[in-house]
Amino acid sequence: MSAKHVAVLGVGMHPWGKWGKNFVEYGVAAARAALKDAGISWTDVQFVAGGETIRNGYPGFIAGASVAQALGWSGAQVTSCYGACAAGSQAISVARAHILAGNCDVALVVGADTTPKGFFAPQAGERGTDPDWLRFRLLGATNPVYFALYARRRMALYGATDRDFAKIKVKNARHGIENPNARYRKLVTEEEVLASPMVSDPLRLLEICATSDGGAALVLTSMDFARKHATNPVTISGISTVTPRYPSTVIEMPNFATDSAASVPAPPVAFRDSITVAAYEQAGIGPEDVNVAEVYDLSSALELDWYENIGLCPPGEAEKLLNDGVTTIGGRVPVNPSGGLSCFGEAIPAQAIAQVCELTWQLRGQAEGRQVANAKVGVTVNQGLFGHGSSVVVQR
Amino acid sequence: MKTRVSALESWFDANAERPRLIGSRCRSCRSYFFPKEAFACRNPACGAAELEDVPLSATGTLWSFTDNHYRPPAPYMSPEPFVPYAIAAVELADEKMVVLGQVAQDVAIGDLAVGMRMKLVAETLYSDDAKDYVVWKWAPAGSQGSRA
Repeated sequence: MSAKHVAVLGVGMHPWGKWGKNFVEYGVAAARAALKDAGISWTDVQFVAGGETIRNGYPGFIAGASVAQALGWSGAQVTSCYGACAAGSQAISVARAHILAGNCDVALVVGADTTPKGFFAPQAGERGTDPDWLRFRLLGATNPVYFALYARRRMALYGATDRDFAKIKVKNARHGIENPNARYRKLVTEEEVLASPMVSDPLRLLEICATSDGGAALVLTSMDFARKHATNPVTISGISTVTPRYPSTVIEMPNFATDSAASVPAPPVAFRDSITVAAYEQAGIGPEDVNVAEVYDLSSALELDWYENIGLCPPGEAEKLLNDGVTTIGGRVPVNPSGGLSCFGEAIPAQAIAQVCELTWQLRGQAEGRQVANAKVGVTVNQGLFGHGSSVVVQR
Repeated sequence: MKTRVSALESWFDANAERPRLIGSRCRSCRSYFFPKEAFACRNPACGAAELEDVPLSATGTLWSFTDNHYRPPAPYMSPEPFVPYAIAAVELADEKMVVLGQVAQDVAIGDLAVGMRMKLVAETLYSDDAKDYVVWKWAPAGSQGSRA
């Protein structure tokens, strides 16, 4: 199929941190920044798509309306979307669908979160049929426990080392050091990473994504509208929000077990390998066309898995890609030039939107202090628990 | 002496002669599920409504493992003071599925290696004044395994 594009006319963020304010304030700040970047006003927006947050009461569940109300009711159509960590790309996907269907020309996508300190915990109450509650009750299986299972598996399969994992953190810290929206802007050495406290063996404190406050927004428009307001805008040419295929044979958060492959063989392409495939197909490109990527480094080790999942290299070769400098700025395919979750921490409903903000700045040549040279095609990848794939292809 | 009960009766029988997890199996396509599926087979080519309870294999191969050095949030029932624990992902050969469990308390993480044989054991997860709440755990197949 030939790619159907929408334009990314404006992008904006509220810096990540632990600010302790109402999430709506971050969403409004990001939205205003994106509108200003697009050169349009709030009352030009015909459709608002919000990424939901489940940790801020009812206003979080209807985040699109919360931000719209704070910007001033304008009669725009509104929706709010949830897909755990993939909530942002769900919102992007809905906005794109409305634009491509001709229902609107101008959409605002916004996600923002205020997070508690420490481990993410399940929803309160006695929730004996909710696997997300039961995994804490019966296993004490925090999110880093799952990340660590993947990291240990990688060591056993491919000979990855603690030092390889530490190098990811060192790289991302260097990438993000001049990013004004990043929460952690400090260089670290491999030794400092390896000396940080063990959380879930083999992952240490400096290798695990923190939880952050922050907000991100996009102004998406039809190509016709964009041509009247900008020359050569960045576009979105593919979005994937795929689920796994049965049987999914890699253990996924928050599950107790994988599907069984006893009666039905595992699909030829595993879930995480399938996420970007749908986005590449829509865009009419392949991984060999990608110049820059933003991947979901919930842990240092997980970034290595993503190199393979998004097709940058065959399984087992991610450590070589890292160690050859291919994924460092200046290399062939820089990964996480923003600094990634390593420098941001996770503001759940904003994160997939923030990935697109970064790639837009990269493709426009506006990523000061972290610019990837001559990037024309970028891809994001992310995953929300309970089976939410998320990937966006941006081009210029 | 405290009463010994399962931390989740429908998943695990705390007082069985040999500890076994209870899963379900589709009567039509023979797919296994854990936890049990209540109302329909999840094989998209099947979808049958008839499922039966089956005990899952009590041994398997260690797929991966880790541990937790920090107290998890509620509803984890942590002892005072917090005691770190290991978690194993074990692949069952017949069911061709990977099942998580804590690792028995007397097993150090240094005793584990991906690919080793593991067996299911029963161990107290937490207690109140009257009861010990027992859960399944994994232990190396060669070890004694506890039945505390």
